[in-house]
Amino acid sequence: MGAIIDNVLVSDKANLEVFSGTLQNLAELDRDIVVVTSDSRGSGKLGPFGQKYPAQIVEIGIAEQNLVGVAAGLASAGKKVFAVSPACFLTARALEQIKNDVAYSDNPVKLIGISAGVSYGALGSTHHSLHDFAVLRAVNNITVVAPADNFETEQAIAQAATSNHPFYLRFGKKVMPALPADIDNSFNFGKGRIIREGKDLTIIGTGETVYPAWQAAEKLEQDYNIQAMVISMHTIKPLDYELLARVAANGNPIITVEEHSVYGGLGEACASFLLQHNYHNPFKIMGIPDEYTVTGSQNEIFNHYGLSESGIADTALKILKQKH
Amino acid sequence: MTPKELALKSIGYRKNILKYIYGANAGHTGGSLSCIDILNVLYNHTLNVGPDNFKSPDRDRYIQSKGHCVEALFVVLADKGFFPESDLETLCRYKSHYIGHPTRKVNGVEQNTGALGHGLPISVGTALAAKMDKKAYRVFTLLGDGELPEGSNWEAALTAAHYKLDNLTAIIDHNKLQITGRTSDVCNTDPIDQKFESFGWAVRHVDGHNFKMLQETLDELPFTEDKPSLIIAHTVKGKGISYMEDELKWHHGVPNKQQFAQAIEELDNAVAAL
Ligand SMILES: Cc1ncc(C[n+]2csc(CCOP(=O)(O)OP(=O)(O)O)c2C)c(N)n1
Ligand SMILES: [Mg+2]
Repeated sequence: MGAIIDNVLVSDKANLEVFSGTLQNLAELDRDIVVVTSDSRGSGKLGPFGQKYPAQIVEIGIAEQNLVGVAAGLASAGKKVFAVSPACFLTARALEQIKNDVAYSDNPVKLIGISAGVSYGALGSTHHSLHDFAVLRAVNNITVVAPADNFETEQAIAQAATSNHPFYLRFGKKVMPALPADIDNSFNFGKGRIIREGKDLTIIGTGETVYPAWQAAEKLEQDYNIQAMVISMHTIKPLDYELLARVAANGNPIITVEEHSVYGGLGEACASFLLQHNYHNPFKIMGIPDEYTVTGSQNEIFNHYGLSESGIADTALKILKQKH
Repeated sequence: MTPKELALKSIGYRKNILKYIYGANAGHTGGSLSCIDILNVLYNHTLNVGPDNFKSPDRDRYIQSKGHCVEALFVVLADKGFFPESDLETLCRYKSHYIGHPTRKVNGVEQNTGALGHGLPISVGTALAAKMDKKAYRVFTLLGDGELPEGSNWEAALTAAHYKLDNLTAIIDHNKLQITGRTSDVCNTDPIDQKFESFGWAVRHVDGHNFKMLQETLDELPFTEDKPSLIIAHTVKGKGISYMEDELKWHHGVPNKQQFAQAIEELDNAVAAL
């Protein structure tokens, strides 16, 4: 797994768009690739897939529990199944099917949570998935991934397709600029990707928060001559403990940033590892707090909770001040 | 209200649905237009609920399971005086409580909905509580036809019949479309009536845009003593705007300036034609 890609293939599209394009390429080569949808092919940008490969798409209707159960059955009979539905419904409504029929039974379904986090902004809490990392971290035998940019998305889909085990991949519908790949141009599940080096602190993002984390790091350098390391921790489980231990070793502050509840996600996963291995770095979890989520677009929600260039930079300045 | 008065009201409601969706540049246009006549008759003819008794435990309850068509609900609640209509200018804006699905932060909304397949089970529980407390209030819920494959609906349908909830009415907005296509092509649920009848419900079909028929049908509830009632309302998605009717793309399509102007003109003409 994890072929090194020497050029960034795609950039500046929504990760969703890259997902659907990648899946079309895979389906062309492998007729066992099957997509299962729950009235979600439009939201999953799978309209063209359905037209090109009508024999490789199964429409279930609005029934997410059924979607995951059927996907498990198809996978058990040898199909390479991508079950595609909004992350909010997929991981809440169908959680028991994911836990029992996919993870526990080890049916190699690739669960694709589309429009994840607060991508559906103003549609409100029913349509947000701020719990998916937390619940799936607590389910054994499933890899949990949030690709940051188009490159990571393309790699994640292509590599997951070859695995015989369950995966959950989530992404949003916002256009994602390509992250710098000059330090690390590889993608391997369970291995964080270093986007930027820095000697003063470390910012660990996942999914669509890596970009603002990188922007914040650039700003910190320009405005304050502060060098922040930035990591795309695309795999939430299994977490890259080796990399965590490495960045924690110098005692620098660590900030985690995620489009998820501050409970149970990337931040708490990192904190749990660090504390249990006696790393006592200054540490801050940025995410969506445990409250009635403010209403607005994804951008407005990000800005409101500081998951933005300036919000992350401010948090960095604060945590550095605390340190000294 | 007479059917003609209701018809006039619906035209105003349609204008407002389009106005606020256009203003927010977001919304579920087609399904709001298909269910608005049903909401009109419920709130202006059937339901014993308004701003004055909304806190009363004896009020009738309306729970909108197809929460995505919140614009229809908000427009009717504003007209009933639950909040000033101008509040809807903040629809889907930062920090507004008027978001893309019903929430109880908005006066008049019974339940937070938006994930499909939740309205019927909650309605069953609410109707069951009325029976336990020997209260006379009734519970109404509105479902989309594409929503029916959610298994929770069928589980709740069993419970409703088991507990003989004749104070419960489910209405299906049968506009025959969902997001991906025709409901019959996506996941065929026909015959809906026979399925519910075999589950122990009393079922009627109505024209969901015929005010007189809607009034008469709702007046006859419960259709059968000791049975929950189902009304299959045959509707047209995008009803009232020529270029939206029965067109898939208007599920969550938002009209542009010229389309919006044409829609308002068509509705003005409809007033003249009444
Ligand atoms: C559990 C759940 N799954 C998926 C969705 C996304 N969704 C919103 S509306 C819709 C189509 C609904 O079709 P239908 O029930 O026929 O509604 P209508 O035609 O009246 O708009 C879908 C799939 C949702 N809101 N909830
Ligand atoms: Mg419908």
